[in-house]
Amino acid sequence: MPTFIEGLSDEPRILAFCCMYCAYAAADAAGSMRLSYPVNVHVVLVPCSGRVDETFILQAFENGADGVYVAGCEEGSCHFVNGNFRAKKRVIALKKLFAEIGLEPERVEMFHISASQGGLFAKVARDMTERIRSLGIIGWNKRN
Amino acid sequence: MVVAERKPIQEIMAMVAEYNKILLVGCKGCVTVCCAGGTKEVGILASALRIARKKEGKPLEIVERTLERQCDPEYIEQASDVIEKDGVEAILSMACSVGPQYMAKRYNIPVYPALNTTFIGGALEHGVWAEFCQACGNCIIHYFGGICPVSRCSKSLFNGPCGGSAKGKCEISPEVDCAWQLIYDRMKDLGKLDELAKVFPVKDWSTSRDGGPRKVVREDMKL
Ligand code: SF4
Ligand code: SF4
Repeated sequence: MPTFIEGLSDEPRILAFCCMYCAYAAADAAGSMRLSYPVNVHVVLVPCSGRVDETFILQAFENGADGVYVAGCEEGSCHFVNGNFRAKKRVIALKKLFAEIGLEPERVEMFHISASQGGLFAKVARDMTERIRSLGIIGWNKRN
Repeated sequence: MVVAERKPIQEIMAMVAEYNKILLVGCKGCVTVCCAGGTKEVGILASALRIARKKEGKPLEIVERTLERQCDPEYIEQASDVIEKDGVEAILSMACSVGPQYMAKRYNIPVYPALNTTFIGGALEHGVWAEFCQACGNCIIHYFGGICPVSRCSKSLFNGPCGGSAKGKCEISPEVDCAWQLIYDRMKDLGKLDELAKVFPVKDWSTSRDGGPRKVVREDMKL
């Protein structure tokens, strides 16, 4: 679990699990394109979005995240055939679990971003930040 | 194997509402295989409970463990260090219902089942399990082409099919195969259809639940 950047007291903390073949490469593309995206989005490189286990996401929330998203390849283009489909199913299962425990299911999301979509990478980061801002920082994460 | 599934979180939350520290204990046997109570499910449930309780402003401390099996006293013993030294107030078991009963027998603190033990079954495909046996205590599947009419026919008929069988499906749902269609097809393939013409007598259910709790004794295995 990466340490969240301090000094963003009124900004939500968002963790993005990015697949190395697609979304992570898209983040690089965003950099080359000189696109900026919110600094409170923390990118975690994963070999495949299918590697992201439900427990990783739950632990992120336990350790201070206000929102988490998984970004994998576009459907049909996973390097490991169906890793992104697995990730998507897990995100859906987590949304159900969140509803059961009274946490907004929108705090967890799955996105598909291809390696060339630097612009989409930045947009997803901005959209997710907006979404979590409007949901608010989770009570126990409140920082003074 | 025994197939089980997790109880709704709200039900589990109510069980542990009064505690501040619990042991959440999984089992590496059947419930790991059916993805209901192994190490991974312990991790997920523990996180979910901690998050839910943080939200309520009443944090819950959870010690996570997964035992080899919860249906053998030797393995139940593996939890003694946690229970006797770690100050847990209650045990939440993710084993089939034998597990929490064994934990309750061994440890003098409240024990709660986190799963519903559903049936004895097998995997149809990844993530899909179906019932194949109800542990009736006297297996008769060899008369029926290796298909269990007790558990796989919705009415447990021994001289089926009933009038509700249509296009190979059971009248309870178009999703459910008619066990008697399966039995018929299988017996036909085996060239044993004539055996189905015989009327099967009423089954002796005394080995099922009529005789009270059942027990298996193997003198040769006793220590
Ligand atoms: S006949 Fe009885 S023991 Fe045999 S599979 Fe069916 S329920 Fe189980
Ligand atoms: S339709 Fe077939 S499986 Fe369903 S109750 Fe009748 S005989 Fe049994």
